[in-house]
Amino acid sequence: MEHMTAIDARGLSCPIPVARTKQAMEKNPSDEITVLVDSNVAKENVTRLATSKKYSVDVQAVSNDEYKLVLKPSK
Amino acid sequence: MKNIFFSRAGIIIVGAIIGVFAALLQYFGNPPNMGICVACFERDIAGALGLHRADVVQYLRPEIMGFVLGAFLMAAFAGEFRPRGGSSPLIRFFLGLFAMIGALVFLGCPWRALLRLAGGDGNAILGLLGLTMGIFVGILFLKKGFNLGRSHSQAKGSGWIMPALMLVLFSLLTFQVSFAPGGPIFFSVKGPGSMHAPLLISTLAGLLIGALAQRSRFCTMGAIRDVMLTRDFHLLGGVLALLVFAFATNFILGQFKPGFDGQPIAHTNHLWNFLGMSLAGLAFALAGGCPGRQLFLSGEGDADAGIFVLGMITGAAVSHNFAIASSGKGVAAFGPIAVIFGIVFCLIVGFTMIEKEA
Repeated sequence: MEHMTAIDARGLSCPIPVARTKQAMEKNPSDEITVLVDSNVAKENVTRLATSKKYSVDVQAVSNDEYKLVLKPSK
Repeated sequence: MKNIFFSRAGIIIVGAIIGVFAALLQYFGNPPNMGICVACFERDIAGALGLHRADVVQYLRPEIMGFVLGAFLMAAFAGEFRPRGGSSPLIRFFLGLFAMIGALVFLGCPWRALLRLAGGDGNAILGLLGLTMGIFVGILFLKKGFNLGRSHSQAKGSGWIMPALMLVLFSLLTFQVSFAPGGPIFFSVKGPGSMHAPLLISTLAGLLIGALAQRSRFCTMGAIRDVMLTRDFHLLGGVLALLVFAFATNFILGQFKPGFDGQPIAHTNHLWNFLGMSLAGLAFALAGGCPGRQLFLSGEGDADAGIFVLGMITGAAVSHNFAIASSGKGVAAFGPIAVIFGIVFCLIVGFTMIEKEA
């Protein structure tokens, strides 16, 4: 069964977006995770975490400074 | 714009450049094992402004101004200048204040701890262990859901304040302004405050490092934190490069002198070297960045980081006015109690700012 976890990390400074994403990965390893961030730093850091955990990362620009990262675990 | 510093090679190159320049700055006149020390240099700025009157540590350090302005220019160029703030500013002020108190009991920020080790000062090992301990405690809070709250976008002008402040300090330095006979502005005639590389070299090094660190997110605290929190060795690569390249440059220039006793601007009280940096590490971990990183963030418009920097400068004044800062002779009368106060403060902040999961 595929579930989704959504994390709103806007306005939270590093490393909190990464820490929350990691916790979500550990809690529900098979879930697709979406992370909302509003800085390049958070985008880079969450991307690096996801890549190292073998998730695929799809970055969608929501607005000027906002990104939605869709992380999918590899099967 | 693609970020070339996102790569492992990028962060390692930045760390190496910082290491070489730090050792070179010592060669050109900065105090020994203090090519770059964010805490010490902010303390010198506090002294130059007369916020404390320890006459051996007063100088307007252009490296600090370069860090903020270099980061500001690079962030503007890269489209990353983003004025923001409002994430527990008052708490951040005091985290900065106590971080400085801890750093001045050890006699250096994480940057100088690395440079002291690269110069052969064994006491730095105690400092770095303490730093790691403090960060470890900070991570326990982070894992429990600690955060200082969200920041929000602010008006452009908010982000200009720290760069503008640095420009003002820079002009006070260039024109050597005197507001009354004898100062302020105070410039040390003896001691570490009187030792500095030529203005042009210091300024250019500061600007270069500020710009590179802004792009690469270089952070000494973050390096240790990421390894413990997520097994991410990215930033650590930069920190180790700093250490190795500073050591190599020191070695070539004859600046490497191994030992514990008689190290420049250092003392051998292992307990308080350890605990001083434990306090600093915990405060940096809760605030989300080492003192250098806070400067770079303040340059890219982060008003909360700016507040932390001002807290550190105030902490330097407190440290020297109230017999808290150590000296080469050893720990000062009120250093230990101030460190304990700081640790208690950080623990209270940690416990009270834990956000329960929704």
